[in-house]
Amino acid sequence: MTNNHYDAIVVGSGISGGWAAKELTEKGLKVLMLERGRNIEHVKDYTNAHKEAWDYPHRGERTQEMIDNYPVLKRDYPLNEPTLGMWANEKDSPYVEEKRFDWYRGYHLGGRSLTWGRQSYRLNKEDFQANGKEGIAVDWPIRYEDVSPWYDYVERFAGISGSRDGLDVLPDGQYQMPMPLNCVEKDVAARIQKSFKGQRHLIPGRTSNMTEPKPKEGRTNCQYRNKCWLGCPFGGYFSTQSSTLPAAVKTGNLTVRPYSIVTEILYDKDKKRATGVAIIDAETNETYEFTSKILFVNASSFNSTWLLMNSATDVWDGGLGSSSGELGHNVMDHHFRIGAHAMVEGYEDKYHYGRRPSGFYVPRFRNWGGDKRDYVRGFGYQGSASRQGWGRDVAEMGIGANLKNAVSEPGSWQIGMTAFGEMLPDHSNRIFLDPTKRDKWGLPVLAMDVEIKENEKRMRKDMMQDAIDMFEASGMKNVQGYDSDYFPGQGIHEMGTARMGRDPKTSVLNGHNQVWDALNVFVTDGACMTSASCVNPSLTYMALTARAADFAVEELKKGNL
Amino acid sequence: MSMNRRDLLKMIAAATGTAFISSNAMAYITLPMKSVNQTDFSKDDVAFFNEVGEVIIPRTDTPGAKDANVGLMMAIMVTDCYTPAQRKAFTAGIASIKTLAKSTYGKDFLLLSNDERAALLASLDDEAGVFNKKQELASKERKDEEKQLPHSFTLIKQLTLFTFFTSEVGANKVLRYVAIPGRYDGDFPYKKGDKAWAT
Repeated sequence: MTNNHYDAIVVGSGISGGWAAKELTEKGLKVLMLERGRNIEHVKDYTNAHKEAWDYPHRGERTQEMIDNYPVLKRDYPLNEPTLGMWANEKDSPYVEEKRFDWYRGYHLGGRSLTWGRQSYRLNKEDFQANGKEGIAVDWPIRYEDVSPWYDYVERFAGISGSRDGLDVLPDGQYQMPMPLNCVEKDVAARIQKSFKGQRHLIPGRTSNMTEPKPKEGRTNCQYRNKCWLGCPFGGYFSTQSSTLPAAVKTGNLTVRPYSIVTEILYDKDKKRATGVAIIDAETNETYEFTSKILFVNASSFNSTWLLMNSATDVWDGGLGSSSGELGHNVMDHHFRIGAHAMVEGYEDKYHYGRRPSGFYVPRFRNWGGDKRDYVRGFGYQGSASRQGWGRDVAEMGIGANLKNAVSEPGSWQIGMTAFGEMLPDHSNRIFLDPTKRDKWGLPVLAMDVEIKENEKRMRKDMMQDAIDMFEASGMKNVQGYDSDYFPGQGIHEMGTARMGRDPKTSVLNGHNQVWDALNVFVTDGACMTSASCVNPSLTYMALTARAADFAVEELKKGNL
Repeated sequence: MSMNRRDLLKMIAAATGTAFISSNAMAYITLPMKSVNQTDFSKDDVAFFNEVGEVIIPRTDTPGAKDANVGLMMAIMVTDCYTPAQRKAFTAGIASIKTLAKSTYGKDFLLLSNDERAALLASLDDEAGVFNKKQELASKERKDEEKQLPHSFTLIKQLTLFTFFTSEVGANKVLRYVAIPGRYDGDFPYKKGDKAWAT
């Protein structure tokens, strides 16, 4: 039975799980990492990484069969031939939509670290204080200063490229050289700077695509192929496989067990500590138990919450962490799919070379400084400018040699940007265990009851209009605002369902990501977020995980856990 | 607890220093390429699609639709990717080309000269333009949720362009393609006549 005991168990292998495994093994702990899906080995298993459209049976497009098999995924861009198999099987693992909720899950080693958007921004000082100041939900138990050194730490290791802009709203970090703006974006940046008197900024996106190699870690800088989602054979962007997993494996302290669905955290109610986990083998349906001193829960926000809900139910009906009344509540995402696009006149003697897997970023400017709106918080924009390709509207060009020649050359420059808005934590936005439905393994499934409220709806008006104003102010032509509708989950930034706080009566986790009711259980994925900010959240999960792992090992040494 | 396959593998893993307890690693799913036998269409259909495609994207000083065998990929895409409504419209569009050839020239489309083929498809393209514009206006007024299908010739034209420019021939010989650019230059010189990037 000694084989089944470890110093620490990490549930999940995505962005935060990979960091937990790296930090804990490097500090000398024997760690078992449990992954519910299959193994994917770095480089070797990136079977589509070198393919082009013509190498796929349907040129990369979705088939009707794929659409039938993925009733949720089909709603948006992730369903396509190149990334097929990188999303949870929806028939095996269903969920219930009380209200429409688009849930995009990666059930394989590395999780969504292989398919993430890679944009990497820090929360700012205000982000950690706004809840407390505005009396919304609960105050974060930590401040920017608590996380700042951990941002430094994870940025250096992960390899984040970006510019240092000296903006309070978007704190600078430890960056490699930025991916450059193109000639149009540079000019638009200058015009926005001038038109809005230095209150709005257009900067290069900060991304986990590297611009400088990391030879020690066997990683090459980005090669500008823009095929990140297929797994990068160069290790050019941060993923579990390219970055944290090799570091953890190198220690000799890591064991990884794929096909392991963790069904329950084993809980000793007298000691108020977790003793380990129960799992079901996804292939054989056999069950096993593993024990450990500490437990890191990194199964992705909703699945981490699901696991807590299914644990210690003999003590609390609602599961471990439910004594707060907040477990599963306060679901947040980033609302988006709104902004503007425009045509750019001129620059006919300019083009772009290379496929940049990032673009520009316009940091939040609403409700910042002296600005005051009829809603709280704000939004940032992500966008890019480029010349149109062969796929542009060709209705006017007829057929034959003229058509062929015309579309063989690039079209005009165009520019577009999409706003990503902060969503407030609201108790009524919740997930819960559906009382009837079960998955392939007979396990209960989640039901989603989430919607955007008045604050987000008011913000969306600015999210479109401000984009229009900025493009018009910078001389763009045919400026068109758009709102493609947003449904919760589409941001693929699920957060908040086991939030951190200062009081066990109103929060699930304390300031070190420990479950109040089981201090040796740490939840450091998106579930822990007390508020959402408007920036992409993954970098913050990395920093919080490294911070919690450091604390956990110190506490273990002191005999407190 | 009896030792099962996984436990055994785990012991092997421990002995060899491999961190993974896993036997069958799997990658991204890769699907096999398709042949005409796996489509709703015959070899003759594919040949016909190629002839139609060649009128839309002819060989000039660079390869054309037939060189890229767009016909086969059109058959595959229509069979597997189109909705039933799109499939029906596409098939009707092909049929109408055949009918129009007969009624206009009294000959099979395949027996028409290049100029006759071009004139025939150009007239269909004009008709499609008028039809699509009308429909666009109408759907704006109706605010339909459901997207209306464009004219059937537009489907054929779009599919020809798609299958041509996503082909290896189209991307490499008609457009420009670089597998590993290695850098990004957002101020790259361009002069009229330079080809667009394929991706």
